[in-house]
Amino acid sequence: MKFKGTAHKVGEHIDTDAIIPARFLVTTDVKILGQNCMEGLEPGWIKRIKPGDIIVAERNFGCGSSREHAPLAILGAGIGLVIAHSFARIFYRNAFNMGLMLLEVGDGIDKLNDGDCLEADAASGVITNLATGAAIQCPPLPSFMQELLQKGGLVPYVKERLSR
Amino acid sequence: MPQTLTQKILQPYADQKVEGPGQIVRCKVSLVLANDITATLAIKSFKGMGAKQVFDKDKVVLVMDHYTPQKDIASANQVKECREFAREAGLTHYYEGGNSGVEHALLPELGLVGPGDLIIGADSHTCTYGGLGAFATGMGSTDIAGGMALGETWFKVPPSIHVTFNGVMPKWLRAKDLILALIGKIGVDGALYSALEFGGAAIENLDVEGRMTMANMAIEAGGKAGLFASDGKTRAWCAEHTRQDAPQIAADPGATYQEEHVFDVSAMEPVVACPHLPGNVTPVSALPNLPVNQVIIGSCTNGRISDMRDAALVLKGRKVARDVRCIILPATPGIWKQSMKEGLFDIFTDAGCIVGPPTCGPCLGGHMGILGDGERAVATTNRNFRGRMGSLESEVYLSSPVVAAASAVTGIISSPAQL
Repeated sequence: MKFKGTAHKVGEHIDTDAIIPARFLVTTDVKILGQNCMEGLEPGWIKRIKPGDIIVAERNFGCGSSREHAPLAILGAGIGLVIAHSFARIFYRNAFNMGLMLLEVGDGIDKLNDGDCLEADAASGVITNLATGAAIQCPPLPSFMQELLQKGGLVPYVKERLSR
Repeated sequence: MPQTLTQKILQPYADQKVEGPGQIVRCKVSLVLANDITATLAIKSFKGMGAKQVFDKDKVVLVMDHYTPQKDIASANQVKECREFAREAGLTHYYEGGNSGVEHALLPELGLVGPGDLIIGADSHTCTYGGLGAFATGMGSTDIAGGMALGETWFKVPPSIHVTFNGVMPKWLRAKDLILALIGKIGVDGALYSALEFGGAAIENLDVEGRMTMANMAIEAGGKAGLFASDGKTRAWCAEHTRQDAPQIAADPGATYQEEHVFDVSAMEPVVACPHLPGNVTPVSALPNLPVNQVIIGSCTNGRISDMRDAALVLKGRKVARDVRCIILPATPGIWKQSMKEGLFDIFTDAGCIVGPPTCGPCLGGHMGILGDGERAVATTNRNFRGRMGSLESEVYLSSPVVAAASAVTGIISSPAQL
């Protein structure tokens, strides 16, 4: 899976209330959730986003609640990839289950700036900053998670298990 | 090899020998939980998986607690969807209305969770049950849907961080202060991907409800679980709550920990977590005069009977300051009834507090106590992210019930020692 888009940089400890405030949790409609993505960080944030853009975050992105509405809101905003120094644990699982790609890069995050055009290859784990030419190599995913991704996420995985 | 409490609890549920951190294991689960916000998505995924029935009708629990009593049409429709699913699936444990309460106070009270259990819940504060010696962790709705269908899930075995609290608790120090002090020290990602395991003399002396308060906030340090050994106190508490013969479980001596932290509680004083992170922890005595508009006493962190008694201890014979709304939400119908029986509601209403129904409500900015622009709250809840309780321009300070009650009386953030 390959991604190319403009980086939108956010800070550290971006919590799920920032990604999608609780007042929007009265729907499971991905489109409506997407329209309110990051509304708790900066009202109107979504207006700057084009489909295919990439979120670039500091430490502990997605901390807080277990709401799956958070990765859904990001997907609903047309964003398919988040690159961060690190991710909060529940958000990490949720994103993979929902088909939102995450790349954890540690201190490599400093090579990515707001507005840079980025290219990323999920299979090889290589991120290229087209604005600066810098490249980052991410650690490979555990094999179990690769298998889960290959099956298309947890819903098809369980579906297959149940049909056996 | 000596095992951590985490490894010891996981082992009987795992599909292989639990060797150590990083290993991916498939585990059977004792219980699967979701609430009115997360169950709707879980039901969607469950149906998408082609699942026809839940793995065990007695082991899938739905608790309507976040936006209940139903706050608007959309939330009423979400609850309706959950109710219809529960009936269709034949679930034994569906809670709504007069038998419902805040999930993490309700399940222990009903004896549905206990020592040695492995529980997954579509709510980040599922880790609360670690206070009883259960391995319990929050997941998203789709993971929970998988659990509902299969009765199992996968885990990466977490490394454990051991935290020791020694010493004797000073008069106004509470479990909430201990966990906030820890998060203040290690930060909101200080236990990321790890399990926190607690011990020491102060923990052995701490009541079980206090242990649940601490386990509840493990997630606020990024932790996967917050675990306490199950001891005589745990067994007694469980027996009082319909669960007889709960096992005693503890880590093996000599188990390996990723990190160790030691605190002496004798020298500690009441703290608050300042906006906008649970890790911004400061002693109350070090704060300037900060006027308060709202006080919330309740939630899965501090809405139990011991918390109600604590609030009453401070509020008895006193009045809530002018221009402060002090909202008290006992977390379950059982706690509500017990509070009433003990006369705590007389104390609360005489002081000028509002006593509300069991609900998560204001903790997540849902309803029953929302902050306007520039308003400040002291809350016994677990998160103070920007905008969490309402306006993006509001502030939440997290504290124990005694600090919250004292702040309601003075109208500024205060320790009860200052009254």
